[in-house]
Amino acid sequence: MAWGAFNMFDGYLLSVLIWLPILGGILTLFAGDNVAARPVALVVSVLTFGISLLLWTGFSPEGYQLQFVEIIPWIESFKINYSLGVDGISMPLILLNTFITVLIVLAGWEIIQTKPAQYMAAFLIMEGIINGVFAAQDAMLFYVFFEAMLIPMFIVIGIWGGDNRIYATIKFFLYTFFGSVFMLVSLIYMYTQAGSFNIADLHNVKLGLTPQILIFLSFLIAFGVKVPMWPVHTWLPDAHVQAPTGGSVILAAVMLKIGGYGFLRFSLPMVPDASAELAWLVIFMSLTAVVYIGFIALVQRDMKKLVAYSSIAHMGFVTLGFFVLYPILKNTGSTDGALMGLQGGMVQMMSHGFISGAMFLCIGVLYDRMHTREISAYGGVANRMPWFAGFFVLFAMANTGLPGTSGFVGEFMVILAGFKANFWIAFLAATTLIVGAGYTLWLVKRVIFGAVTNDEVSALTDINKREMFILSVLAIFVLLLGLWPEPLVHVMNDSLVHVIEQATTSKLVK
Amino acid sequence: MQLIPMGFEVPNFTPAIPEIFLLAGACFVLLADLFVSDKNRFITYLMAQVVLLITAGLVLTNFGSETITTFSDMFVLDPMAQVLKVALILVTVGVFVYSRDYLRDRHMYRGEYFTLGLFAVLGMMIMVSAQTMLLIYLGLELLSLAMYALVAFKRDDGRASEAAMKYFVLGAIASGMLLYGMSFIYGITGSLHLAHISSYMSSNPVMQNVGLLLGLAFVIVGLGFKLGAVPFHMWVPDVYDGAPTSVTMFLGTAPKIAAFAMIIRLLAEGLGDMVQGWQQILAILAALSVVLGNIIAIAQTNIKRMLAYSTISHMGFVLMGILAGTQTGYAASMFYIITYAIISMGGFAVIIYLSKNGKEADQLDDLKGLSSTHPWVAFMMMLFLFAMAGVPPTVGFYAKLSVITAVVDVNLIWLAVLAVVMSVIGAYYYLRAIKLMYFDKPNEARNIETTFRNNEVEAYSTSVVNSSLDFTVLLSINGLAVLLLGILPGALMSLCLYAIQASL
Repeated sequence: MAWGAFNMFDGYLLSVLIWLPILGGILTLFAGDNVAARPVALVVSVLTFGISLLLWTGFSPEGYQLQFVEIIPWIESFKINYSLGVDGISMPLILLNTFITVLIVLAGWEIIQTKPAQYMAAFLIMEGIINGVFAAQDAMLFYVFFEAMLIPMFIVIGIWGGDNRIYATIKFFLYTFFGSVFMLVSLIYMYTQAGSFNIADLHNVKLGLTPQILIFLSFLIAFGVKVPMWPVHTWLPDAHVQAPTGGSVILAAVMLKIGGYGFLRFSLPMVPDASAELAWLVIFMSLTAVVYIGFIALVQRDMKKLVAYSSIAHMGFVTLGFFVLYPILKNTGSTDGALMGLQGGMVQMMSHGFISGAMFLCIGVLYDRMHTREISAYGGVANRMPWFAGFFVLFAMANTGLPGTSGFVGEFMVILAGFKANFWIAFLAATTLIVGAGYTLWLVKRVIFGAVTNDEVSALTDINKREMFILSVLAIFVLLLGLWPEPLVHVMNDSLVHVIEQATTSKLVK
Repeated sequence: MQLIPMGFEVPNFTPAIPEIFLLAGACFVLLADLFVSDKNRFITYLMAQVVLLITAGLVLTNFGSETITTFSDMFVLDPMAQVLKVALILVTVGVFVYSRDYLRDRHMYRGEYFTLGLFAVLGMMIMVSAQTMLLIYLGLELLSLAMYALVAFKRDDGRASEAAMKYFVLGAIASGMLLYGMSFIYGITGSLHLAHISSYMSSNPVMQNVGLLLGLAFVIVGLGFKLGAVPFHMWVPDVYDGAPTSVTMFLGTAPKIAAFAMIIRLLAEGLGDMVQGWQQILAILAALSVVLGNIIAIAQTNIKRMLAYSTISHMGFVLMGILAGTQTGYAASMFYIITYAIISMGGFAVIIYLSKNGKEADQLDDLKGLSSTHPWVAFMMMLFLFAMAGVPPTVGFYAKLSVITAVVDVNLIWLAVLAVVMSVIGAYYYLRAIKLMYFDKPNEARNIETTFRNNEVEAYSTSVVNSSLDFTVLLSINGLAVLLLGILPGALMSLCLYAIQASL
C-alpha cells in the first residue's frame, strides 16, 4: 500500500510536500474563520505528514547521494533551477517539520479565537516553505525559501503575539534579514566563480583562503543568527516570549534547525579551509552559549524566556558538535570522533525539536489557563493538574539530558567527541549537565511542586484530551529517540560521512 | 516642379508608426475633448486609453524583428526600445485607470490630464528610440513640459504649485546641464549621432581628454537630476508630496523607464568607451542614493515622502546595474526598472484607494488597521511593500538579486555589501507600514469613515465615491503580478536580457 502511494508521487514527492501545505494554507484562508478553517488546516497538515512518511519509507540510507531529485529550469538567465532532493541530513528534518505542524494546528484549535483562518494558513504556508528550505538543492532556491519563511512568522508574532509583539517581530525580522543578506552576496560571489547556483557545484568550486574566510563569516552571520548563537541570540528570547504558543513551537522546534542545517550544507562543504581556520571561533561561541547562556537561563522569571535561553544553550551543542570536527582531526588524525560529533549535533537537533516544542506547549497549556508566564505566579500545579505535571516533569528531565530521554543522546555524543578534541572543551560542555539541571529542576520545583500557592492555581483544571494527545505523542518520541536512536543515526550516517569528507578536503586554489 | 527636392530620400516611416499614431491620436483627443461635456468625460478617458493600447499594439506588430534605423539614423527601433515602450505604455494605461476616481473626486477630471499624459508618453517613446543627442533632448523636453503641467494640475493648490515650480526650475537646470555636457561632447567628437560618437571614442584615447570628461560629468549631472539620484535628488520628495497623488504615481513610474533608456542610450551606446569614467561616478551616485534614500525614508511620516525617498534608493539600485557596464548589468537594470514601475504603481494605487471623500490619505497613520477594514487591499499593499523591500517570493527580490549579481560580477563587492546592508535598513520602514496595516487598530478617523460608510451609504450614495470595478480589478492584477513574477521571474528576465543583447 505504502509503496503504491509512493509511486503515485514518484518524481515529485518533495514538490508535493512543499506545495500541498502552501495551497492548503491558501484554501484555509478562504475557508472562513468560523466554519471550516480548523478542519481544513488539520486535514492538510495530517495529509502532509502522512505523505512525508513516504520519504522515510522510500529513503535508502546507503550512500550520500541525493534522493527524490527533481530538477526544472527556473530562471534561465541565471541558470537557477528549481532543484530539489534530500539526503540523510535533510530528510529527518522535513519529517520533524511536518510532524510538528500537525501538533501546532491541534494546539491552536481552541486557543486561537482571533482570525483562526489566517493563523492556520500562516502555519501551513510556513510548513511548505520550511520543507522547501530543507529540500532545495539550488542555493538561490534555498535562499528564496529561507527569506520567504520570515513573512508568515513576522505576521504570526505580530498579530497573535503578546503585549510587546511589535517590537519582537520587527526585531526578529530585521535580525534574520540582516544576517541573511551577507549570505546572499556570498552566494552571488560563488555563482560568479562557479557559473551556477547548484549547491553541488558550489561544493566543488575552488576558492582562495581570503574569499573563503569572508564567505565563511557571512554564513556564520546568517546561520548564527538563525541558530541562534551567542552573541547574536538576543532576538530569540523576545520573539519566543511574544510569540503565540504555536509560533514559539515552530520557532524552537524547526526554524532554529535551519541554522544548523545551513552549517552542514553550506559552511563545512563549501568553505572547508576557512571552516578549519575559524573552527575555534565557532567552538568558542558555542561554549559561551552553553555555559554563559545557561547561567542566564537560571535567573529568568518568565517561563518562556527561561526555555528560550535553554534553547540557545542546547543549540550551542549542535554547533559545537559540528565544528569540534577540526580539533579532533588535528589531535587524533581520525574521523571517527568527528563523525560522533556530527551525529551528536544532528541527534541534538532532532531531540531539541521534540523537547523544546514540548516545553513550549506545556507553557502554553499553563498560559491558556492563567494568562501569565511569570514563574512566581505558579506553585503547586501538580496538586491540581497531575497529568500535566507528569508530562512537564518528563520533558523537563529530557531537557536536562536525563539518560533514557532523547536529550541525553545528543549531548552525550557531543561531549564524548569533545574529549577527543580537548579536555577543556568537553569539560565546559559538560557543565551544562549541572547548570541545565539547575535551571530546569528549579523551574519544576517552583511551578509544579510544593503547596498550592494561590487561588488561581487552585482553580486550575487538568489537561483535556486534545492536550493529552499532543503531549503524549511528543513524550513517545522523546523516549523513543532516547532509548533507540539507532534508526535515525543509521539514516544520517552516510551523508554525515560525506560531509566530513568534504569538510576535510581543501578547496584552495593551487 | 518637383514635390520632393532633389537628393531628398523619403525616410522609412515604418519604425516610427507608433509615435506618429500617438501624436495624431493625442491631437485628436485634444480636439475631441472640446466637444465632450464634463459629465461625459469618460469618453475622453476612453479615447486616450484606446489610443495608448493601439500604440502598444503597433509597437508589438514588428516585435522580434531586426534593428531598424531611420530618419538619417536618428531614430531606431530595436528590441530594447520595443520592450521599454510597451512597458511604459502599459504602465501609463494602468496609471490612467487608477487616476480616474481620484481625479473625479477632486474636480480634476478634465481632458487635459489625459492629453498631457499622451504627450508625455510620446516624449518618452522618442527618448527610448533616439539615436542622436538632440533627439534625446527633444524627447526629454516634451516629457518634462507635459510633466510640469501635470504636477501643477491642481492649480489652486499652493503645495502643488510650489512643487511644480520647484520641479520646473530644477528640471530646467538639469536640462541645461545635460545640454551643456552634450555640447562639449559634440564639440569634441563633431557629431550628435551616438554611433559616430561611439566610433570616435573607440579610436581615440578618451580618458585623457579633459573636455570629454567634463562633458561626461555634465551629462551625468543632468541624468542624475532626471533620475533623482543623490546628490541631485532634492526635488523628488517635494514634488512627490506636492503633486496630486495620481500625478505622483505617473511621475514615479513611466518616466523612470524612459530615463533608464536615456541613460543606456547616452552612456552605454554613445559613451561606452568611457565606462571607466562613468562607472566611478555612477558608483558614488548609487552608493549615496541607497544610503541616503533608505535612511531618510525612516524619518518620514508622510507616506508619499517616504515613497519618494524609497524611489531615490531604488534608483541607486538601478544605477548599480548600469554602472557594471556589462550586458547582464544593463539587462538587470532594465528588469529592475520595469518591475519597480509595476510595484510602485501598485503602492501609489493603494494610497489613491484610501484617499476618499476628498480626504488625502498621505500620512502613514492612514494605513492603520487597514487589514481589518480592507483585508484584500491590505494584502496587496503588503505584497508591494515586501517587493520594495526585496523580500522573496516577491519580484523585488529578483530585481535586487540581478543588479547585485551584476555588481559582484565586475568585482565591486563593497557596493554589493553596502546595497544589501541598506536594503535591511530599508526593510525597517516598509515593515513599519506593514505593521500599521496588520498589527495596529484602525484609528478614529477611519472608524468614523467606516461606520459612515456602512450606515449612511444610502443617503450619501451620490457623493461617496466607491472605487470602480476596473480600479479594484487592476489593483488585484497588479498585486498578483508582483507575486507571480516573483514565483516565475525567468521569462521577464530572459526578455530583458534578449532585448539588451539584441540592441547593444
